[in-house]
Amino acid sequence: MHSEADDIKKHVRTYWMIGGALYVFTVITVAVNQIHLALPFAVTLALIVASMKGYMVASVFMHLNHEKKWIYGSLLLTVAFFIVLMSIPLFTVMDSIGTDIVQEVPAGSAHPGAGAPAH
Amino acid sequence: MNIPYTVEVRPDTGLANGKLGIWLFLASEVMLFGALFSSYIILRTGSIHWPQGELNVWLGMVNTFILIGSSVTMVMAWASLKLNDWGKHRLYLILTFALAGIFLVNKYIEYADHITRGEYPSHSTFVAMYFTLTGLHGLHILGGMVVMAYFIGPGKKMYQTNREQFVNRIEYTGLYWHFVDLVWIFLFPVLYLL
Amino acid sequence: MDNVATLGTAAHEHAHDHAHEELGFWRKYVFSQDHKVIGIQYAFTSLLFLLFGFGLMMVMRYQLAYPGSPIPLIGNWLGSANAPGGIMLPEFYNQLGAMHGTIMVFLGVVPLAVGGFGNFVMPLQIGAPDMAFPKLNMMSYWVYFVGGVVMLVSFFMTGGAAQSGWTSYPPLAVISPGQTMWLIGMIFLITSSLLGSVNFIVTIVQLRARGLTWMRLPFFVWAQFVTSFLLLLAFPPLEAAGVMQLMDRVAGTSFFMPSGLVVSNQVATSLTGVATGAVGSGGGNPLLWQHLFWFLAHPEVYVLILPAMGIVSEVIANNTRKPLWGYRALVYSVGFLGFMSFIVWAHHMFMTGMGTTMSAFFQTTTMIISIPSVVILTALLLSLWGASIRFTTPMLFALAFLPMFGIGGLTGLPLGLAPSDIHLHDTYYVIGHFHYVVAPGTIFALFAGIYYWFPKATGRQMNELLGRIHFWGSFVCINLVFAPMLIQGLGGMNRRLYDGGMQYALNADLLKWNVVIGMAAWTLGLFQLPFIINFIMSIKWGKPVDNNPWEATTLEWSAPSPPGHGNFLTEPVVYRGPYEYSVPGAAQDFTPQFEPERA
Repeated sequence: MHSEADDIKKHVRTYWMIGGALYVFTVITVAVNQIHLALPFAVTLALIVASMKGYMVASVFMHLNHEKKWIYGSLLLTVAFFIVLMSIPLFTVMDSIGTDIVQEVPAGSAHPGAGAPAH
Repeated sequence: MNIPYTVEVRPDTGLANGKLGIWLFLASEVMLFGALFSSYIILRTGSIHWPQGELNVWLGMVNTFILIGSSVTMVMAWASLKLNDWGKHRLYLILTFALAGIFLVNKYIEYADHITRGEYPSHSTFVAMYFTLTGLHGLHILGGMVVMAYFIGPGKKMYQTNREQFVNRIEYTGLYWHFVDLVWIFLFPVLYLL
Repeated sequence: MDNVATLGTAAHEHAHDHAHEELGFWRKYVFSQDHKVIGIQYAFTSLLFLLFGFGLMMVMRYQLAYPGSPIPLIGNWLGSANAPGGIMLPEFYNQLGAMHGTIMVFLGVVPLAVGGFGNFVMPLQIGAPDMAFPKLNMMSYWVYFVGGVVMLVSFFMTGGAAQSGWTSYPPLAVISPGQTMWLIGMIFLITSSLLGSVNFIVTIVQLRARGLTWMRLPFFVWAQFVTSFLLLLAFPPLEAAGVMQLMDRVAGTSFFMPSGLVVSNQVATSLTGVATGAVGSGGGNPLLWQHLFWFLAHPEVYVLILPAMGIVSEVIANNTRKPLWGYRALVYSVGFLGFMSFIVWAHHMFMTGMGTTMSAFFQTTTMIISIPSVVILTALLLSLWGASIRFTTPMLFALAFLPMFGIGGLTGLPLGLAPSDIHLHDTYYVIGHFHYVVAPGTIFALFAGIYYWFPKATGRQMNELLGRIHFWGSFVCINLVFAPMLIQGLGGMNRRLYDGGMQYALNADLLKWNVVIGMAAWTLGLFQLPFIINFIMSIKWGKPVDNNPWEATTLEWSAPSPPGHGNFLTEPVVYRGPYEYSVPGAAQDFTPQFEPERA
């Protein structure tokens, strides 16, 4: 029991450090946003930072860095199907019969979100 | 009648029932939010114009700080229990609850701002997505607060009667809470920054 | 505790043991946390829903057989908004169609197969005292119940029930009445099955009895295990989609509403959107719904069929008095089937203008998924080889399952290939195909399960003669219902016409089947009477039985019939695989899992 308490004390320091790191990453991602990078760059960067933050939360706060095999197994299955789920957007646009609907944005129209029907 | 492995771990799986249960629940939550993110991508790539910078980044950032902070206090609430420090546990759990409350107040301010500007969900697909995603996330925050309120209030008795299980329950609450935080970590850049 | 559960201990002795745990009526029978009571609650409720859903279909079938004539018996009760003068309106026909599908799938078959049989049998088969989370179990039943009530109430709302099919494709589903209640009901049902599936998986992983290793699990438990994963991971996307469609209808958003949609010379918007002046922003994607819907609904097909396969395996092994042929192959197949079921969904969408690359991908996965199904069916068929079969009522239903599911599966192949699917998709062929899988397939298996486990649940056996009348009547009639649909469909008859396809009037060969199907359906209804009578009478007056009336080998038969609270009298221990029948040299032709090795 004694060693467990020691372990926990060690972990506590990690928790605070991870908390600090998450703050730093949040500041970074907002700061980068202020530079207004081109969209593809911005998306990639923001998702990388978010993934790193997510990884820290999951592995340290949620103790995923040392978990039992049944939990890894269930999560692996979930990840597999999650990837399938995230590929649905690809499936909807990748390969459709017919021509794309090309729609000009009317000049001066600032109507937000008035999207064209997707393919 | 007692259900086996509610408190102690089953030797061959190394798990107590609740631990596996909460992770399976979170797995289904991953698919729930995954479907919404997937829809977001479809609708955004299919649109000819997608508004950027419509939301208040600073409010969003503050809320991110609050939620990350609450995640730290949550894990500390559990660690203090493990260290048999009841007082600290109470402090951290109540702090987590309070931070969650502040998050929702912030969210309310944001919502009210949109409503006064006439930006109902029917305003644009972006706003619709924003309300749906943050609304669902907000409901999860609310759910977490209910659970925490239970352990701050009537549920705390269990610490005396069944200490081990109480620690487990706080751990499971924590797992859920970190997941809610994790969802926000992705929601924030997706809605506020990009 | 090293004792072993023994046979032949009377149930009342057990009840006496636990007399101090007696609960009041409400806690014991209504808000019970006992998996057996919850299983029976699920079974009763879902059987009633199955009967109701079947009733809707019988009314529809009258309209199809005799379009435009007043419905006899109940015509005047349907209300003037639905059937003025007893003559069905098209809108009401659509309601019946949508609700028949919804009720049969989400309120009937799945709750019976998973909630009913899964809850009652699975913990007994793995030697658990109860489910891992009894309170959650109770909650999942009551959430399901509320969902069911919402669905039923929707018939009495203005505008009636949902009328856009069980698939609820937008934009139609967004702009037609009744859908809001459907969505709310679905959110309840999805929540219920999520709670249930978490509970099932944890129970199977954590509460298996001593000695019950994975390869000693009865196949039924495997089927439930895979099913639970399907429910856990496939349902949330539909919940998300349901929330978005609800937003479209209630908050006037346009997730699924494209811009510029015109219906009856008016710009189409959601009904509530018009009322509040919020007409939506447009730009939505109707295909998105189809993807999210089928992401659930294809795995859902396997949710319908896997527990049925599990039940049939148990019954076949028991009545052939032989081990199942290829137990390991069955287990691997069911796992592979579950996994693959997540990546075949778009074969329901070949008609949506999908290009060749994508349809090639989904055709390939669809053909691949048929392999494990065939492996399972073949293994079950080969199990019959050389057996001296006991033709009990459960066995008759299980045997009928094999060819019926076979027909259902084989008629599905042309639908999994885009070139033939495009011709067959909107015809009665599709209806014939999937009903062969679900009605004479799954529902027959469920009947087999009811006859098989009834003695365990009640301590009494159902009447064999009534069972046989029920079986033979149902078997003949149900084929007369669905086989003609395949013929009509191959003839090109569209499946969504409320007048029974009057535009095919010149082709009398097609239309005449409508009458045949109608007659067969109503006769099928009559043949359910022996079952209902048998079911109710046997609870009280059936032949009393001991613990193991079928001389079966799995763990549930070591518990008293009916098992008391906590299920087993002593801690069950498992010594061998699940289907040790006719072991050479054994004293009797079955060696139960719970019987200790003799030196």
